[in-house]
Amino acid sequence: MSRQSNRTADNKKMNSELFTLTYGALVTQLCKDYENDEEVNKQLDKMGYNIGVRLIEDFLARSTIGRCQDFRETADIIAKVAFKMYLGITPSVTNWSPAGDEFSLILENNPLADFVELPDNHNTLIYSNLLSGVLRGALEMVQMAVDVKFVQDTLRGDNVTEIRMKFIKRIEENLPAGEE
Amino acid sequence: MADESLFEFLHLEIVSHIFSQQSGKGEMDNKDRAVCVSVLEAMGFRVGQGLIERMTRDSPSFKDELDIMKFVCKDFWTKVFRRQVDNLRTNHQGTYVLQDNKFALLTQLSNGKQYLDQAPKYLAFSCGVVRGALSNLGLESVVTAEVSSMPSCKFQVVIQKS
Repeated sequence: MSRQSNRTADNKKMNSELFTLTYGALVTQLCKDYENDEEVNKQLDKMGYNIGVRLIEDFLARSTIGRCQDFRETADIIAKVAFKMYLGITPSVTNWSPAGDEFSLILENNPLADFVELPDNHNTLIYSNLLSGVLRGALEMVQMAVDVKFVQDTLRGDNVTEIRMKFIKRIEENLPAGEE
Repeated sequence: MADESLFEFLHLEIVSHIFSQQSGKGEMDNKDRAVCVSVLEAMGFRVGQGLIERMTRDSPSFKDELDIMKFVCKDFWTKVFRRQVDNLRTNHQGTYVLQDNKFALLTQLSNGKQYLDQAPKYLAFSCGVVRGALSNLGLESVVTAEVSSMPSCKFQVVIQKS
């Protein structure tokens, strides 16, 4: 019985080279389409957001995880469950702000940037910016407004890749007028 | 190891992005659609090239064209679309038809004829992947896809004789 369920879980696993290369093709295309890196970053974030708002459903359905009690728990689940499930890596969670509303995800190796080298004329491009959109979109669907940005990137010569996440506010559930 | 749903979502976003960019310029005619399809195809081409390069790094060389096609139907398809091609047919003159009865990128779309008119844009990328793979194996080709009922799909590969 357990073996059976293992097999179905494995079926969901795929060749990550396909994903990495496809993502690379997308970034290349965007760099052709837009003149400056800022605009490419913005597009990647937007597309990531669109993925995030859908991905969260897939995630909640498959992980059977309920509502998070606090931001620390959210951080843990993102790093240990979500990143593991979708990218096969477990980033470490560090640099908590004293108030507990800000933390960093440190990625040892970034699967999105596996075969990538940035040319010199793209030094403001945030290659993996799709990820910040995904995180923002997914968390927004569970009533959390979060600010996500890359503060370090190995592609730009830093030692690690660091994503900074800042909790902004809890989104109130607004029912449309006249509905209970 | 990445997860397949991540790739599926990314693919959906890429398709809708490329198409919205063209349609943003006004009414979309057949020519615009052809442009979008060829952009997606070109992206797939590059991906196919990269994939086959890494896959065949340690494999012995192929003895003929049919051998290459068999490799594409079995190993390559399994690695990329997670199943083998169900049926491979050829006229022995450079035309091959690869039939996949449950094509990975169509299974979430529909089971039957609904949304059939939308199907081509979700296949352009995959056609490019196949063409790119063949190209790096030394075969210049034209790859087209044909769907009569989702999620089944037929890829036609016509090898260009030089």
